[in-house]
Amino acid sequence: MAEWYQEFPAMSRTGLRDLKKGIDNGFREWTREHGDTVESLFDPIKELLIWSERLLLNTPWPIILIAITAIAWLGSRKLSITIGTLVTLVLIGYFDMWEDTMRTVSMMFVCTLVSIVIGIPIGIAMSKSNVLERMVTPVLDIMQTMPGFVYLIPVVMLLGIGKVPGLLAVVVYAIPPIIRLTNLGIRLVDKEVLEAADAFGSSSWQRLKNVQIPLAMPTIMAGINQTIMMALALVVIASMIGVQGLGQPVLKAIANQYFTLGVFNGLAIVGIAIIFDRVSQAYGKRLQAHSEVVHGH
Amino acid sequence: MATENIEIRGLYKIFGKKAKSYVDAVRNGMSKQELQEQHGHVLGLKDINLTMPAGSIQVVMGLSGSGKSTLIRHINRLIDPTVGEVLVDGDDVCKMGTRALRQFRRHKTAMVFQKFALLPHRTVIDNVVYGLELQGVDKARQQEAGRRWIDRVGLSGFEDNYPNQLSGGMQQRVGLARALTNDAPILLMDEAFSALDPLIRTDMQSVLLELQAELKKTVVFITHDLDEALRLGDRIAILRDGEIVQEGTGQDIVLRPADDYIESFVKEVNRGRVILVESVMQSGEAANASLELKQNTQLEDAARSMTQAGTDVANVIGKDGQCCGHIQMGAVVSAMVRQDDEGPARQASSL
Repeated sequence: MAEWYQEFPAMSRTGLRDLKKGIDNGFREWTREHGDTVESLFDPIKELLIWSERLLLNTPWPIILIAITAIAWLGSRKLSITIGTLVTLVLIGYFDMWEDTMRTVSMMFVCTLVSIVIGIPIGIAMSKSNVLERMVTPVLDIMQTMPGFVYLIPVVMLLGIGKVPGLLAVVVYAIPPIIRLTNLGIRLVDKEVLEAADAFGSSSWQRLKNVQIPLAMPTIMAGINQTIMMALALVVIASMIGVQGLGQPVLKAIANQYFTLGVFNGLAIVGIAIIFDRVSQAYGKRLQAHSEVVHGH
Repeated sequence: MATENIEIRGLYKIFGKKAKSYVDAVRNGMSKQELQEQHGHVLGLKDINLTMPAGSIQVVMGLSGSGKSTLIRHINRLIDPTVGEVLVDGDDVCKMGTRALRQFRRHKTAMVFQKFALLPHRTVIDNVVYGLELQGVDKARQQEAGRRWIDRVGLSGFEDNYPNQLSGGMQQRVGLARALTNDAPILLMDEAFSALDPLIRTDMQSVLLELQAELKKTVVFITHDLDEALRLGDRIAILRDGEIVQEGTGQDIVLRPADDYIESFVKEVNRGRVILVESVMQSGEAANASLELKQNTQLEDAARSMTQAGTDVANVIGKDGQCCGHIQMGAVVSAMVRQDDEGPARQASSL
């Protein structure tokens, strides 16, 4: 039987090597030339990252403890969630993971903020244009399925290691849900209600502000919740490119087979993940209080 | 109260990508079915010409798919026509720019929807003032007007409830209050009461008639229910497959149905509550009549009065208070009972 039938006729080895080399060299040269410019573009975000980390680290721990517990209460209005938050934070502090946890929380907070600020407008634009939706959806698919490590590579080549490249990697990974769910939420808004808004003479901004965003809010909140969870998941992987926080002890534990260190820090990540998940979900649910009480119940 | 009349001229609506290019074909007699099967376009409305006088209720009646909801959406241009004019007090709505159209919708029209279409995340009062909010009216006046209309539709005490907490009938009262608070001269009602129980529907009809007697707005009311059309409509237009098949007062339609289609509609109607004395009276004053009836008395009421008075002849008093004819009990009864062997044409000529 012919050889091409047995084995896939792949590109010649030298050809393939040259191709990869060519792309790598091209990108490397581009980063050498423009790396500084690109880096300076991210300066405001760098400032924000440093500011928020300093805030969390320099504020005495009891104040942070009270503040986060208070946010949990104000967001969820549930005693169980509030107490759970308090206990989790106390345990984290007692097992000496307070500083790393604060670094992770700070990183996650900024990443989520950036994702929301970029993601919601993109989602809104997508909901208004079918063409844009068709163009953006495959990009989101790539962003969500590409293994996290792979896009750490170009980011590191471009910006080196540290907070900003870490943030970039996290945002790329965590932003798809908020874009998708903003788009979906707005597209699902009742056509009749929209028609009523038009009939009374809403401008498109008034329609967005008074009808589309409020009615899509539960879906958008689900997107924000997903984004927070994914950001937290990647914060650990991003420790490989120098992002400080709970990820670094985990990385150290893997390299040196320190089982307990790994489990402790792993559990701390789980703990804050649950806090953020429950609080944001309870807050989202409270936002749709109007749909809870139905006539006849 | 300022009122505006609405005039629709030569309106065609074809749904599809190349709608404009089929207008001439439809004008020259291409049928709805032909257009759909051979060209993949849907004929929504065909050559609509309708004048809706200011201050009265114009009902547009038709079964589902007849184009009635499409027609009402042309008046505030939620749907753009393929060709034609919609003149409101002489201004063509179809030629307005975005800004002018928005102002027109804010100040000239208000709409009530079949499925209420309230904003679920806003309370009753915040729903009701929505139109004023868009007009940029100040908060205090919004609240004052909103509360007044909530009171008028009988929902006092429910201001701070969410729509979900109210029954269908109450939600539509909110819809009506929202439209009335807008203070627009034109009220568009798209099957506004169709989703309600029969009893509540009758109730809402009474509310509307009561308010209309006072407000004298130009109301366009869409319905598929002939009884509702006859009860509410000063004038009724009947739509079928996107065309107006008959237009006139309720009496015109019941007494002189234009074709078999309408005939089949009016068959079940309670004629005693539609036909007025003036339609069956004979000229001249009857010397022996002891009873006087107004010309706009319904036949059922006339028969009741005559039976109670123990007489079978009554004089008819016109608007000016003068006698304008007389009526015999026999004529009242025969007009109330449908004559099955009479075709529409003969019925018309016998009047």
